[in-house]
Amino acid sequence: MEAGDGEREQSGRTSRPPSEPLKRPGFLTRLVAAMDSAVASGPPRGPARPEFWRSPLRGPWLTAVLGFVLLAGVTLLFVTGLLSYAAYNPNLAPVNDQTPDKGWLGFYLFSWPTSPYWLYRVNQGVHVVLGVVLVPVLLAKLWSVIPKLFAWPPVRSAGHGIERLSLLLLVGGAGFEFATGILNVQLHYIFPGSFYVLHFYGAWVFIGAFVVHVVFRLPRALRAVRYGSAQPEAGTEEAAGLVSPRPAPPTISRRGALGMVGLGAFALFAVTAGQSVGGWWRRTALLAPHGREPGSGPNGFQINKTAASVGIRPGDIGPAWRLTVRGAGRRVVLTRDQLLAMRQREAALPIACVEGWSTPDQLWSGVRLTDLAALVGLGADIPHALVESVQRGGAFSSAVLRDNQVRDHRSLLALRVNGAVLSYDHGYPARVIVPGAPGVHNTKWVTRVTFGEPV
Amino acid sequence: MSKTTGFRRRYGASPLHLLLVLASFALAAYAGVRLLDGDTLGVALWFVGAALLHDLVLLPLYAVTDRAAQRLFGRREGGVGQAPPRPGVNHVRVPLFVSGLLLLVWWPLVLRQVGHYTAATGLPADRFLGHWLLITAALFVASAAILLARRWHESGPRRRAARGRRRARGATK
Repeated sequence: MEAGDGEREQSGRTSRPPSEPLKRPGFLTRLVAAMDSAVASGPPRGPARPEFWRSPLRGPWLTAVLGFVLLAGVTLLFVTGLLSYAAYNPNLAPVNDQTPDKGWLGFYLFSWPTSPYWLYRVNQGVHVVLGVVLVPVLLAKLWSVIPKLFAWPPVRSAGHGIERLSLLLLVGGAGFEFATGILNVQLHYIFPGSFYVLHFYGAWVFIGAFVVHVVFRLPRALRAVRYGSAQPEAGTEEAAGLVSPRPAPPTISRRGALGMVGLGAFALFAVTAGQSVGGWWRRTALLAPHGREPGSGPNGFQINKTAASVGIRPGDIGPAWRLTVRGAGRRVVLTRDQLLAMRQREAALPIACVEGWSTPDQLWSGVRLTDLAALVGLGADIPHALVESVQRGGAFSSAVLRDNQVRDHRSLLALRVNGAVLSYDHGYPARVIVPGAPGVHNTKWVTRVTFGEPV
Repeated sequence: MSKTTGFRRRYGASPLHLLLVLASFALAAYAGVRLLDGDTLGVALWFVGAALLHDLVLLPLYAVTDRAAQRLFGRREGGVGQAPPRPGVNHVRVPLFVSGLLLLVWWPLVLRQVGHYTAATGLPADRFLGHWLLITAALFVASAAILLARRWHESGPRRRAARGRRRARGATK
């Protein structure tokens, strides 16, 4: 090791004549000289030459139109994504937070409301459907600017260089966010880590570059749209390096190409959106993961994770099952029959998953969480509650509900749904259902509810 | 020469440009260390790979496919007149694009790559490939129907003229 280093040192010294070490131009000067000569001799053959790109469609108008669609779409994706994270109430307890190192990135968090009760359902439906639908727009946008990737010289100035670095974050971030999101909704967990970590921090890496890109390009895009769809001369400033100097004869009009992208977006919408609407529309979601009902009857609605898939054993939820309610220094243990003997309340609420699918309202019946709190003597000012499942470990085997969620009269420990006893897959003997909460916070197979303890 | 233009000459853009990009890099670094905390190499590869996937893999792939389709079906390429071009190649290009797009998004389910799908959701995993193939078939059938209707419509004047000639011949007999 040491001998090797010495050798390299030696050869490095011998390669430099000792007589003229100070006369050699510096690295920067040599780089600039090399760049100048490269620029002077013109781009090498291949994609770096503007005439390599033959499509007559490429131009500032097409790029600007696609850019404006993405500006609106990505903004909505980012906002719904931030809301989705807030819906978990991550600051309330470590078990609610999949990204506990977030630091200042959680600056905007707020208590997630229970009204309107469909807020999370609509938010996730919009986030996922929009993300899927924007795929062809993103691809078309990347296609429309491909000559710029090979622009010659690769770096014109320091400013151009760092802007290209920013574009790596923009394009890499966009691809990363779309890929992790689309794979996660299909339960295809091949990405290198927890989905929540990758998708949340990836979004923040992306959004800075996105804002920079919008600020730098918005004036040019506005000019291009005002200029109209007439193609500017190749090589001019208005052409922005996008217009081919040697266009091939057109085989489709620019509006036709936009129409094709729109048709692709519509096709994706048509085979996806039904899983976020439910009812009759679910069957239209031909390629979406939750495009059909798992069964019929009162319990025949969508399941996130079946009892078998999370290791629930018959003994865990058999006659020996008990619910423990703790709080205010007291502890009450109840059987299922004792719960059924309490006053049964009803609430019509949906199940909505982070993956974008949801069910229409289901009619749940069971015991109000406020009535459970009353069992341990908590009347007014009921605090937050830790809800634990009989599940052994796993990311969402327990959740902490905020006080506003516990106090909502629609929040139930449900024992029945749509007039029938809960099925095993829907959380028999008892599950939580809270208006507006993410699906995984409606804990199934509940065995313990603890009010007010620090978590 | 003012200080600002001197900066612009050396840097290639305005100072605001530099400040904005540096601010975005600071945010990216703040989130990036958290993103890379864990499988650093894996995440970095995915991130850079996502940037290159379209430009260096998908684009050459579909550009070559499109070129091949134009060779095969682009008979009426470079038609005359100011009318928007409508070569036959688009009747292959559009359904192929839509079908490929559906596969690009939903390939894990279509190609049955998600082993635990049925165990987790209680839903059958074998329906997606059939759905995708049927949608693809429907797209090509619809495209063919539009092509036939267009041909029929375009040949209208010729057919009417031929009918007129036949009728004229009949009248003289």
